[in-house]
Amino acid sequence: MKKETEFMSVNFLISQAKNIQKVIDENASEIEALDQNIGDGDHIFNIQRGLKLVIELEGTIKDLPLSKALNTIAMKVLSGIGGSSGALFGTFFISMAKSPDLDKDVDFSKACEMIIGGVKAMKERGKADVGEKTMMDVLIPVSEKLNEIKNNNNEIKQGLNEVIKIAEDRMLATKDMLATKGRASFLGERAKGHIDPGARSSQLIIDTICKSVINQ
Amino acid sequence: MKKFINKADDFLKESLNGFGKAHSDIIQVSLDPSFVSRKNKTKEGKVSLISGGGSGHEPMHGGFVGHGMLDAACPGFVFSAPAPDQMQAAAEHVDSGAGVLFIVKNYSGDIMNFQMGAEMYSGKNDSIVTNDDVAVKDSTFTTGRRGVAATVLVEKIVGSLAEDGGSLEECKKLGEKVNKNAGTMGVAFTSCTVPAAGKPTFDIGDDEMEFGVGIHGEPGRKREKIQPSKTIVGNILDAILDNLKPENNEKTLLFVNGMGGTPLTELYLVYDDACQILQSKGVEVTRSLVGNYCTSLEMQGASITLLKCDEEILKNWDAPVHTAAMRWGM
Repeated sequence: MKKETEFMSVNFLISQAKNIQKVIDENASEIEALDQNIGDGDHIFNIQRGLKLVIELEGTIKDLPLSKALNTIAMKVLSGIGGSSGALFGTFFISMAKSPDLDKDVDFSKACEMIIGGVKAMKERGKADVGEKTMMDVLIPVSEKLNEIKNNNNEIKQGLNEVIKIAEDRMLATKDMLATKGRASFLGERAKGHIDPGARSSQLIIDTICKSVINQ
Repeated sequence: MKKFINKADDFLKESLNGFGKAHSDIIQVSLDPSFVSRKNKTKEGKVSLISGGGSGHEPMHGGFVGHGMLDAACPGFVFSAPAPDQMQAAAEHVDSGAGVLFIVKNYSGDIMNFQMGAEMYSGKNDSIVTNDDVAVKDSTFTTGRRGVAATVLVEKIVGSLAEDGGSLEECKKLGEKVNKNAGTMGVAFTSCTVPAAGKPTFDIGDDEMEFGVGIHGEPGRKREKIQPSKTIVGNILDAILDNLKPENNEKTLLFVNGMGGTPLTELYLVYDDACQILQSKGVEVTRSLVGNYCTSLEMQGASITLLKCDEEILKNWDAPVHTAAMRWGM
């Protein structure tokens, strides 16, 4: 990896949002179908609306310091999406924006800390843990893996490949789970046999970001 | 999809604009962030009631803003919880100093967004969560039961107490009592179509029904062959009575709610079936409500809510109300 690899700058955030938008759009009908099986079908529209709103912020935030840019993204996500996704991803960005020393250079370790803090805030907001058939089934193990890579000073590229694998495995594992949180929880046994749409969209987001960093 | 629609993105805004114009004597609509509030300012010392949720359940909740019910309602996108800044703006707009009570249906998105809205609002506030849907098993380890049609009854009954000067604590206590004394279950014959999706949320055969359906077309207890009304109503009431366990001759309010696509003629037939069955089981029906109040877009189907009534509940139910969707006594 080249020395100037970017991990968390305003530029990085905007280009990732554009990459993610492309991948989510390519997989939109699959996510919508998953949500119609066990939810009510609003998840994909909320995710697409959120990405569009963040990308539209480009002109407003491109010259701002990272802390202010993250705060602007957080407020936009929180007010413009609605539903569970708006509250959870809004919470994620608010937590990231509150990280200390944001306006110095953010290295890999610092970027991991920001993501870990953000996932922890989401977990508290949604009161959901692993095994409950939600997006947290993907996000929590990914956050734990990032913590391990950071603490052990592991090789970044190899570490991110492991993150990609974990996200995929945990997304697939939601298929056989009973849902105890979120809208699928109302289905009881009938939710079994369907992958959770939030877990799928989260996995796609992680997959996209990791691959893009690996290929920088 | 056949709907009156111009552009899917403008659907909600245009519908809210029309609602505001049609009922300009009672309410006003604010946009960015969007909320519906009473035309007249909340009187000093009166607790403000604010509810909200995804759109697509009209007249809930905007249709219940007015004298004797809500002070404001926050509409989200179709079937998606509203965002916290809507609740914050609505609270700042209506609070007259006596505090705000948020009335929230038990869905994860609504709970999270209302919590964040309450945290962002600096004034005195509290919340109640409705969870009347007996089709779902209750548990402290899960999201629990859904909040559905009984939310309408909570808003009416607590709204009357607030109008009479009840404190925030008293309003919350009464709301929790109404919620605890109410049970609801619904049945769907057809799916609904979310405008942004453009196709039905679920497939269902011509001879099938979804028993225990939620208010977003999310599946219920089981898929069954359609049966005569009396059998369907009997099965719904069995589930509700099993849960509420009313005393012999206990007074109740019977609420037959349409999901949006079922005509009133059928809803009254359901009401008749329910009255006969309840009478045979020694349950006294003393108040009624029949109509489309908590809908799921154009879904065909209905829910039945039974509310056990004491004197306090009856008195506040009978009190005058003047909203776009409910009006009596004034």
